[in-house]
Amino acid sequence: MLAFVIRRLLQSVLVMLAVAFIAFSLFNFVGDPVSLMLPPEATQQDREEVRKTLGLDQPFYVQFKVFITNALQGNFGISLRLGRPVSALLAERLPATLELAFAAALIGLFIGIPMGVYTALKRESWISRALLTTSLIGVSLPNFLIGIFLILIFAVWLGWLPSFGRGDVTQIGFWTTGLLTVTGIKALVLPSITLSFYPVTLIMRLVRSEMLEVLRTDYIKFARARGLTNRSVHFGHALKNTLVPVITITGLQLGGVIAFAIVTETVFQWPGMGLLFIQAVQFADIPVMAAYLCLIGFIFVVINLIVDMLYFVVDPRLRVERPGGGGH
Amino acid sequence: MSTPQSAPLLEVRHLRVEFPTRRGVLTAVDDINLTIAPGEVLGVVGESGAGKSLTGAAIIGLLEPPGRIAAGEILLNGRRIDNLSYEEMRKVRGREIGAIFQDPLTSLNPLYSIGRQIIETIMTHLPVTESEARDRAIALLNEVGIPAAEKRIDHYPHQFSGGMRQRVVISLALAAQPKLIIADEPTTALDVSIQAQIISLLKKLCREHGTAVMLVTHDMGVIAETADRVAVMYSGRIAEIGPVHDVIHNPQHPYTVGLMGSIPSIGQDVERLPQIEGAMPRLNAIPQGCAFNPRCTKVFDRCRTERPDLMDAGATRASCWLHAKNKEAVHG
Ligand SMILES: Nc1ncnc2c1ncn2[C@@H]1O[C@H](COP(=O)(O)OP(=O)(O)O)[C@@H](O)[C@H]1O
Ligand code: SF4
Ligand SMILES: [Mg+2]
Repeated sequence: MLAFVIRRLLQSVLVMLAVAFIAFSLFNFVGDPVSLMLPPEATQQDREEVRKTLGLDQPFYVQFKVFITNALQGNFGISLRLGRPVSALLAERLPATLELAFAAALIGLFIGIPMGVYTALKRESWISRALLTTSLIGVSLPNFLIGIFLILIFAVWLGWLPSFGRGDVTQIGFWTTGLLTVTGIKALVLPSITLSFYPVTLIMRLVRSEMLEVLRTDYIKFARARGLTNRSVHFGHALKNTLVPVITITGLQLGGVIAFAIVTETVFQWPGMGLLFIQAVQFADIPVMAAYLCLIGFIFVVINLIVDMLYFVVDPRLRVERPGGGGH
Repeated sequence: MSTPQSAPLLEVRHLRVEFPTRRGVLTAVDDINLTIAPGEVLGVVGESGAGKSLTGAAIIGLLEPPGRIAAGEILLNGRRIDNLSYEEMRKVRGREIGAIFQDPLTSLNPLYSIGRQIIETIMTHLPVTESEARDRAIALLNEVGIPAAEKRIDHYPHQFSGGMRQRVVISLALAAQPKLIIADEPTTALDVSIQAQIISLLKKLCREHGTAVMLVTHDMGVIAETADRVAVMYSGRIAEIGPVHDVIHNPQHPYTVGLMGSIPSIGQDVERLPQIEGAMPRLNAIPQGCAFNPRCTKVFDRCRTERPDLMDAGATRASCWLHAKNKEAVHG
């Protein structure tokens, strides 16, 4: 197991290096940072000086090393648009995005798994058919459309929920949370539902197909032949065996959800990293874009690692070393 | 060996299993009649597709839809069990009828320790506490020959070899002390070197517990050593049924005669026949009259029009017109 963990950690470092490289390349390939920073009337000499102070006259690999060293210390430079340290900007926005993403992922699990189990066990019922059909619509509608529909119904027509912002937030150390105020929670409802559409559908379909497969296995037949109750067969034996792929996909989805929050955050003007990123793109605010890329990459990598570790918890075949099979 | 004379434990009467399909109804098992006495081992043989597994599945109430029992009755200790609700039948499974399936290697849930699976089976059926169930589980594992059972009970299926896993499966089938075990080719998936051990273990345990067995196999050698009586199935029906010695040494149905001809070990005093020509008919093309008639060397006119039911034939019962003599066909 230790060897496995070390191998996965090394892989993660490689992935992060690749992401960092792409982020770093933004500086060189998306516009010229020097001309972005200087007024148009600056002389050639001014340019050379700025170039020097920024270290841009150094060879490529030296610059990359400097970038990585700074990044490891959380230093991504100054936002061109807002004139503040990028790391501080992201740190401010991170809680909003994470709360939104986790809320969406939880909805995905708590709605998706029961729906998947139901549609697998009651394959012929009209509710199952209805759920499956609706879920198809769920994945094929663009996310922003769902958001706009929800705003129209629940914010504009019914007036139950706010259509934008995060409500009142409470500061706990460096973390700002919207979960402790009524307005904060109300504000979370529509964006998190919007963002959860895709994971709910995905998890439901995944649980359903895995469950159908598991229900055909010999050990399920044997569990029935032993006279176990339906409850034990379905939830004790079948569901647990579907969880391994569900964990993987949900984990990976969480990464996806955080990344896709960009659209939802824009629709709901949710003050998260995604919104920050969109605004950064509009202003070619490269330090913010680069830092966002690195952070999202980092989150993906961490989630992947956690998912791999969870396998060990669920599946004894990975957990225990084979002690020679026992013989006869 | 003689047929036990006591009242039957299991009685199957005119069982028919059908699969409704778009192109009409397929009859996979037709008019099966058999009984198993308490403690008796009934061997069931026949080519692949003869309907052996479906008969077993029908008895424990686990036919997979759209398969269904279309006619007949199944009685356990005189009580009908083929028309029970799912929940009533669930209580019969494991408690009164145990089962061992074709592939023991995949019969255990990989995510739970074997102990957990045995304990849950015991606790589902018997009014015992968890620690009593655990003690019982250890005793069972000892009985089936798992060394260091107190320790091995907490191990997971993948930590056992195929033969050991099959022993665990046997202990699971016996966990709630059923009076009948349906063992559907319990050794087919195992290494040849282990097969004999497993069969003799099964035989020994069932004798000790007084458990009857319906032993499905296509290994006539196993049948010869283990069974009290044997039923030979062909194309969804019973071709011949009777005491194992008579069926092996003096088969009355031409199909059985052919089958016996293909067993090397018991061949001495049996009329040697070449392998039976041809293949068993598909379910949608079962010939009129006797289903065996296209392959039968003794076929005559009546075989092509009328279907023979089981009738007395020497020391056994066979469904073959050769034995009709003057008698009417008798059901039984
Ligand atoms: N789900 C099913 N649908 C249609 N036909 C089936 C199904 N299951 C089994 N059969 C048919 O029923 C016949 C008997 O099958 P089975 O009892 O499994 O034979 P065996 O004697 O080899 O155990 C076979 O011809 C098989 O093709
Ligand atoms: S009934 Fe006729 S065809 Fe069928 S086994 Fe007997 S002799 Fe052969
Ligand atoms: Mg079979």
